[in-house]
Amino acid sequence: MTTPFTNSLLFIVFPYLAMFIFFLGTIWRYRQSPFTYSSLSSQFLENKRHFWGLVPFHYGILTVLTAHIVAFLLPRQILRWDSQPFRLHALEVTGLAFALLALVGLLGAMLRRLTNSKVREVTTTLDWMVLLLLLVQVTTGLCVAIFHPWGSAWFAAGLTPYLWSLVRFNPELAFVAAAPVLVKLHIVMAYVLIGVTPFTRLVHILVTPNPYLWRRPQVVRWYRSPREIA
Amino acid sequence: MDVRSQVSMVFHLDKCIGCHTCSIACKNIWTDRRGTEYMWWNNVETKPGTGFPTDWEDQEKYHGGWEVKNGKLGLRSTGKAQTIFNIYHNPSMPTMDDYYEPWTYDYQHLFNAPEGKDQPTARPISMVTGELIQIEAGPNWDDDLGGSPVYAESDPNLKGLTPDQRAQLFAVERLVMFYFPRICNHCLNPACVASCPSGALYKRGEDGIVLVDQERCRGWRMCVAACPYKKMFYNWNTGKSEKCILCFPRVETGQAPACFHSCVGRIRYLGVLLYDASRIEELASRPAAELIEAQRSLILDPHDPEVIAAARQNGIHDSVIASAQRSPVYQFVKVWKIALPPHIEYRTMPMLFYVPPMSPVMSHQANGTIHNASDELFHDIEASRVPLQFLANIFGAGNDAFVRYALRKQKAVRWHRRALTVGDVDKATADRMLQAAQCSPEEAEAIYRLTSLCTFDDRFVIPPMHREEAIQMLEDPLERKQAAGFGFVSGPRRGL
Repeated sequence: MTTPFTNSLLFIVFPYLAMFIFFLGTIWRYRQSPFTYSSLSSQFLENKRHFWGLVPFHYGILTVLTAHIVAFLLPRQILRWDSQPFRLHALEVTGLAFALLALVGLLGAMLRRLTNSKVREVTTTLDWMVLLLLLVQVTTGLCVAIFHPWGSAWFAAGLTPYLWSLVRFNPELAFVAAAPVLVKLHIVMAYVLIGVTPFTRLVHILVTPNPYLWRRPQVVRWYRSPREIA
Repeated sequence: MDVRSQVSMVFHLDKCIGCHTCSIACKNIWTDRRGTEYMWWNNVETKPGTGFPTDWEDQEKYHGGWEVKNGKLGLRSTGKAQTIFNIYHNPSMPTMDDYYEPWTYDYQHLFNAPEGKDQPTARPISMVTGELIQIEAGPNWDDDLGGSPVYAESDPNLKGLTPDQRAQLFAVERLVMFYFPRICNHCLNPACVASCPSGALYKRGEDGIVLVDQERCRGWRMCVAACPYKKMFYNWNTGKSEKCILCFPRVETGQAPACFHSCVGRIRYLGVLLYDASRIEELASRPAAELIEAQRSLILDPHDPEVIAAARQNGIHDSVIASAQRSPVYQFVKVWKIALPPHIEYRTMPMLFYVPPMSPVMSHQANGTIHNASDELFHDIEASRVPLQFLANIFGAGNDAFVRYALRKQKAVRWHRRALTVGDVDKATADRMLQAAQCSPEEAEAIYRLTSLCTFDDRFVIPPMHREEAIQMLEDPLERKQAAGFGFVSGPRRGL
C-alpha cells in the first residue's frame, strides 16, 4: 500500500472517480427514477428496536460526519481550539462518544435486520453491503481515534490541505502517503462509500426536507394557474 | 374572498347496512398490490367499536390532527423543528400490529399433503414473510361486535357517558350498533399535507382532492402520524405513503368513485362545495364548540351573485359553479344542516359529512303490552338507544345540540311522510313535529326525495373536470396498475 503507484491510485484516481460517479449517478437516478428515492423505512414493521438502533446511529454518524466537514472547512479555527489541552481533550472525548453511539446503533440496526423476520423481508443483499461498508468505516474510524489520537489536530493540519489540493486539481500526497495504514484504509473506504451512494439506499441522505422549514403548512397544486391573488 | 371548489361527500348513516361492498370495490381497484394488502382506503366500522387501526380515535395514543397552542394552530404530532429531530424515528407512528398482518392460506397443502391420518388443512401464512402465522387481528375484526367487552367497550367515544348510559349500551337485550364507513375526508386543512417534510402531499387546487406525489415521497412517515383519521397508509414494500385518491381517474371522466358507485344502500352523495380558502386558518383555530358553525360558514352559497363573481375571478369554470348549485352535499350540509363532519375537534375541516343514524325505536312494556309512543314528540331521540352523547362525541365535538337537531329533523320528515301515505299519524301532530324540528313541508319533501327516491344522477353531481385544459397523459396510466399502482409507466421497483 506504500508504492507511489498505489498511493496515486488510491488517493488521486479513486477520489476523483468516486466524486464523478457520485454526482453523475445521483443526478441521473434522481431524474430517471425519482420513485426510488426513499428512506425505505421499516419502522412500520418493527418499532421498538428501530428506536434503539436508528436513533443513536443517525445522531452519532451525523455528528461525526459534521465534525469531519468542519475540520475540512475551518482548519485554522479547529487548530486554535485545540491549542489548549482541556479543549483538545473535550473535543476528542466528544468525538469518540458520538462514534461509539454510531457503532452501537449500527450494530443494533444490523441485529434487527437479521433477527426480525418482517424486516428481513424488506432487506436486500445491497442493504447488507451498505451496512457492512458502514460498519467497516465506523470501526476503522474508531480505531484511528484510539490508536492515532488527536485527530482533530492532525486532520486539520495534514488531511485538510490534502483534500483542498484535490479540490484545486493539484494533488499533494506527502501527508497521506506517510499516514498509518488505518488512516489510509479509513480514507479509501470513505471514497468507496461516496462512489456507491448513487446505487444504494444511501441516496436518502441527499433528500433532506429542504423547503419544509420555510414553506407554508398547506401545499396546493393547480393544473391551470389560478388568478394571481393581490 | 378566495373562492375554491371542493368535491365533497355525504354518507347517510341511517341507510348504511354494513355490507362492506364499498371496501371490496376499493380494494379490488386500488390496494391489490404487495405492500398494500393491509390498507383499506375505504373501510366500514361498527360503532361502538375500536375501528381500524385499533383505537384510531384515541389521539392521546396517536397524536393526530391539530391543536391550538397559545392561540396558534399547530400539529399535535410534530412541529417543524421536531420533524427534523424525529425524522429517524417517528415516535407517533402506528405499526402493522395496530392494523393487522395480512395473510393468505397455504391452499396447495390441501392438494400436496402426503397421505396421513388427519385431514389436511390450509394453514394461514403471512403475506409479508410467507411464514406460518397465528392470526390475531384482521380486516373488520370487530365487525358487528356491538356489545363486546373487548372491542365496543374500548370505544374512545364512550368518554363522557354516564354509567347509566354505558349500561344501557351494553345491556344484552338492548344491544345496539351502527355502521361508520370511512374514506379519506379530503380535508380543507389537511394535517397530512402540513406534516410532509418532502412536500409530496398536496391538495389539488381545482377539486380539493388530496394526493401523494409518489415520486417526491421519501418515506419520512410524518403524514401517517399526523392524519387523525388514520387514512394515510405506509406501503412497507415501496417505502412510500399512499392514500385514498377519491378515484380521481374515474371522477375526471364523469364516473362516481368506486365505493360510491357500488354502494348497495345508496348512502353516498357527492357534489361540489364552494368555500372561502382565505378563512380556513382563522376558523380552524376557533374553540371546539364553535367549529361546526365555523366550518359551515366557510361553505359559500353557490347562488349568491357575489360568490359567483368571486368564483369566476378565481378561474372556476361556469360549469363547475352550475354543478355546485345542484350539489346534494350543499343541501345536506348547509341548507338542511342534517349532515355533520366527523370529529371536527381534530380541526382538519373534513369535507366528508355524515347524516347521523336514527336508533331503533325505544319501547316500554306496561300491563303486558308494548308501547312505543309518548306524548312527547321526540322522546325516542332524547332516550335514544345510542345515547346522544355518544353520537355527539363523534359528530358534534361533544356538543349534542347539532346531533339532536339532525335527528329531530329526520324523525319529523318520517312522520310527515307517514301522515301523508300511511295515515296512521295525525296530520296536525306531524305538522307540529315539522315546526318543532324547524323544517318546512317543502323542505321535508325535498329531504324525503333525496333520501329515499334519489337516482344515480341525484346522488352524484360530478363537476366537469376540464381535463382537456390540463396536462395530457401520454402513456396508458393503467398499464402497471396492479403491480405498481395507477399512473406508473415503468415496472415496480423498490428503491435500491
